[in-house]
Amino acid sequence: MSARLEGWGRLIDRSEPLTYSFNGRDLRGYRGDTLASALLAAGQVMQGRSFKYHRPRGPVAAGAEEPNALVNLGQGARFEPDQRATTTELFEGLVAESQNHWPSLDFDVGVVNNALARFLPAGFYNKTFMAPRGAWKHVFEPAIRQSAGLGRAPKAADADRYEHLYAHYDVVVVGGGVAGLTAARAAATSGLRVLVMEQAPHWGGRAPVDGGEIDRLDPEGWVRNVVEELEKAKNVTLRRRMMAAGVYDHGYLIGYERVADHTPLDGRPRHRLWRIRAGRIVTATGAIERPLAFAGNDVPGVMLASAMRDYLVNWGAAVGRRVVVVTNNDDAYRTALAMHEAGREVAAVLDARPLVTGALATRVREAGIRVLEGRAIAKVHGRKGVTGVAVTAQAGAGGAVEEIGCDAVAMSGGWSPVVHLWSHCGGKLVWDEAQALFRPDPSRPPTGADGEGFVVTAGAASGALTLAGALADGHDAGKAAAKAMGGKVTRKAAPKAEPEEAQPILPVWIMPAEAGPELKAKMWLDFQNDVKVSDVELAAREGYESVEHTKRYTTLGMATDQGKLSNINGLAVLSQALGQDIPATGTTTFRPPYTPISMASIAGEARGELFQPLRRSPIHDWHEANGAHWEPVGHWRRPYTYPRGAETLAEAVNREVNNTRANVGLLDASTLGKIVVKGPDAGRFLDMMYTNVMSSLPVGKCRYGLMCSENGFLIDDGVVARLAEDTWLCHTTTGGADRIHGHMEDWLQCEWWDWKVYTANLTEQFAQIGVVGPKARAVLEALGGMDLSKEALPFMHWAEGELAGIPARVFRISFSGELSYEIAVPAGRGRELWDRLVEAGEAHGVMPYGTEALHVMRAEKGFIMIGDETDGTVIPQDLGLNWAISKKKEDFLGKRAQERPHMADPERWKLIGLETLDGSVIPDGAYIVADGVNENGQRNTQGRVTSTYFSPTLGRGIAMALLHRGPERMGEEVEIPVLGAGKAPIRARVVETCFFDKPGAKQDV
Amino acid sequence: MLTLECPYCGIKADETELAPGGEAHLKRQGPGASDEEFEGYMFARANPKGVHFERWRHAMGCGKWFLAARDTVTLEVYGTYPAQTAAPPKALMEKIEKRQSDRGGK
Repeated sequence: MSARLEGWGRLIDRSEPLTYSFNGRDLRGYRGDTLASALLAAGQVMQGRSFKYHRPRGPVAAGAEEPNALVNLGQGARFEPDQRATTTELFEGLVAESQNHWPSLDFDVGVVNNALARFLPAGFYNKTFMAPRGAWKHVFEPAIRQSAGLGRAPKAADADRYEHLYAHYDVVVVGGGVAGLTAARAAATSGLRVLVMEQAPHWGGRAPVDGGEIDRLDPEGWVRNVVEELEKAKNVTLRRRMMAAGVYDHGYLIGYERVADHTPLDGRPRHRLWRIRAGRIVTATGAIERPLAFAGNDVPGVMLASAMRDYLVNWGAAVGRRVVVVTNNDDAYRTALAMHEAGREVAAVLDARPLVTGALATRVREAGIRVLEGRAIAKVHGRKGVTGVAVTAQAGAGGAVEEIGCDAVAMSGGWSPVVHLWSHCGGKLVWDEAQALFRPDPSRPPTGADGEGFVVTAGAASGALTLAGALADGHDAGKAAAKAMGGKVTRKAAPKAEPEEAQPILPVWIMPAEAGPELKAKMWLDFQNDVKVSDVELAAREGYESVEHTKRYTTLGMATDQGKLSNINGLAVLSQALGQDIPATGTTTFRPPYTPISMASIAGEARGELFQPLRRSPIHDWHEANGAHWEPVGHWRRPYTYPRGAETLAEAVNREVNNTRANVGLLDASTLGKIVVKGPDAGRFLDMMYTNVMSSLPVGKCRYGLMCSENGFLIDDGVVARLAEDTWLCHTTTGGADRIHGHMEDWLQCEWWDWKVYTANLTEQFAQIGVVGPKARAVLEALGGMDLSKEALPFMHWAEGELAGIPARVFRISFSGELSYEIAVPAGRGRELWDRLVEAGEAHGVMPYGTEALHVMRAEKGFIMIGDETDGTVIPQDLGLNWAISKKKEDFLGKRAQERPHMADPERWKLIGLETLDGSVIPDGAYIVADGVNENGQRNTQGRVTSTYFSPTLGRGIAMALLHRGPERMGEEVEIPVLGAGKAPIRARVVETCFFDKPGAKQDV
Repeated sequence: MLTLECPYCGIKADETELAPGGEAHLKRQGPGASDEEFEGYMFARANPKGVHFERWRHAMGCGKWFLAARDTVTLEVYGTYPAQTAAPPKALMEKIEKRQSDRGGK
């Protein structure tokens, strides 16, 4: 049954029919349709079911505020749930399904919730928590999860492309209706850079639908002229299909451009996120009509009067053949006139106002339409569609005075300015008693870096609801914005429209005024979340006096529409229930985004390989070519191990450890942080940075050092080499290089700025290779170059020279307990040195080893690892590192903190080694339990495992752990539970942390 | 998202270029400080409704630390200045005073 009317539909192009599918049914629409208008024109009024009660629902609005008509859109990798049919432009081949129903839209099992409605009042969700513990987990949660929820989550990765764009404008006008265009035109005459965005695909907003004359032109013609003029202006950028999602600090504005939603697969990015810095923002965002709260106001076919008019005028889709209009203000009379003109029967206009005198009402009466004064709807008849209304007196309790048969109802409860963008960054509102609406208070705008307001409202968004008023206000707003940015506006006068003679609105929050509980339980405030007048009143009775609490308790104003239709009505009902004025109740907080934006647009191009930059060592390609299994370390990738043939990772690690201990291994240590600290005061500075003394280190020697935060906790460690009288090289952990460099700079710049010290992070300037194992010296000697004998370069010394013709700095330091050289060469020659080492090492059985073998070997030696043994709560004293804390120095970062009683407390958990009795490996992150249970019935703990490995050298599991008074408990057995039902706990003996070569004989040869 | 002008390189930097560093002009308390002094230095921070002196680093730019005087309510930035000072510049304090008395008079 087509409801498309000839001669109507200014936005559709009848020469371009389109085929689309809804719930598997192929349907026809036109270019210019929205999915909602096409469905309405096809006679499909019911387009979804509600969230909680699964009630049949049709569109109630025609734009971004739509709460009901949400669909699953697209398929596979282009599937997206919760898309508003009212803002989805139709395209050839569009596929949509309605949501929240099973097995079908027409017949839904979940509607049983509707029958149970009196058992599911406001806060029922919270109340279920009060039942016995098991009931939530086994009864309520599964049932709620099954029946509630909106669309399905997509399963496939998004196939489309998205991008970000950065832009700067002097003035940004949000909204391309007549007020926004007027503001833009005024601002543009100043020559400043102006951006105008409109969320819909067309300019002009409501004016072409609502009628009137602007500068003696019909609004449509006037809009066309002004847009043409703005298009010609070089300083103006115009964008349609672009919504301002949010206004943030200092004029930051997010624009969400739906570039190709309506032209899929045309190669353009689907969405573009504009990250805009605006000098001034003009919000010409219009107003949204409010529903009226009467029983059955959610039946498909009941819709906002403005929406019914939009569907007719914009898309030629007539909702209903016999219509009842119900209102408390003049505007809905426009709908009655339009429907009448389109040849539809308007059965009556029910006006809650006792006496109706406005000019529009006169025209309606003259058209022969009944206007019933002081009347209201007591009840809408029908379930999946309207069959009629019971008419009552607004002043009464709902006794029907007349039944009127009809198949659609147009309702208007007045208009609310769209104040979201004004409010996002702190703009305040004022209650306008005469118009019964909240509007921006121009004296309390959101303020920017200069302390001045940076948002100006224009038109209906200011509360200027008439055409003439909106034009004047828009002109002033554009002028003010340009002037604030130092622009000179040359256009003097605002466009003119005839003033309208309007009768004031009568605020109506409940219809009829004295309705009883029976009716109130059927009056919907929030359609999307199924919140009714009775729910808000219940919340008030239960003590929810704050509008923010009521929102969360009842879910009023939540979910994808964020209460665009329900907020004002809801807080008005709450105010009535609490017996206070509306301003005393206030509004909930408006938060971005204005309407939901796609997650993919937020990600933009930062996905896959572009998600994060990857840092590669100069030897990366060799690792890749030789089968490295990668491990992410910060932004670096480091080889974890190099499995050969059919080896498992664990087998590869064991082989690498054994070979390094028996022959020689190569480690790419290039990622290690390398910070040069230089200057006359460098020694003094490092004595503050490290817990031990670095100023006394002789040139040519290396020293292991610890860094603590000012709060006393260990933050990094590494070997420091003194390069020259005034120069030190500080090695940091791989992940710590940037952080520690920043830490040094912080203290240098902000505390000791008069000290003569310079730091440079040279991490990427050098490649560094560890040559480790008993045959390390033999391999290096084969390269030819500097003398690396024990006498020439003893343990913990460094020397500079040449190796294989490459300038090198060689450090004799060991993180494995083996004879070990770390060789730093210019980054560009790192690969060359590595290749030469592989060649020269062949005769000595050289193998590369990865980070896991490095970890195992350091754990065998009892060396700590930042991030394993430390977690931001550990001090060096916990780790038995007192030897590295100077007692002589007056001061260093963390010294005062470590003097606090709890830091010096002998009861702290301290580092020890653990040897499992059966040789097994303790799981990562395991806890050591103590006797008894805590107040939650959980086992008490006395320690936790920080590092645990299989040691191929010892052929058994080894671990380090922080244990209560650990070092005093050598030889004691402890118990470590293992996760998993029926698994026996592991028993382990407390031993020293060094498991291998305690005297250090192997490294000092 | 704030914009602050880096006093070293003169760039109006987006907040994404900057790293925050908390309250400015703290006096360091080291060994010898009482528990109360150390606690105040380490943990007690001003949380004013109004002018706040704070540390920022132009982390994704020149790398320098600088200080800013910012109103936590209006987000007005009265000025930014180099970190190498124990107190805000006199001219800045006068500007803040003037702005506040102007606003009070409105």
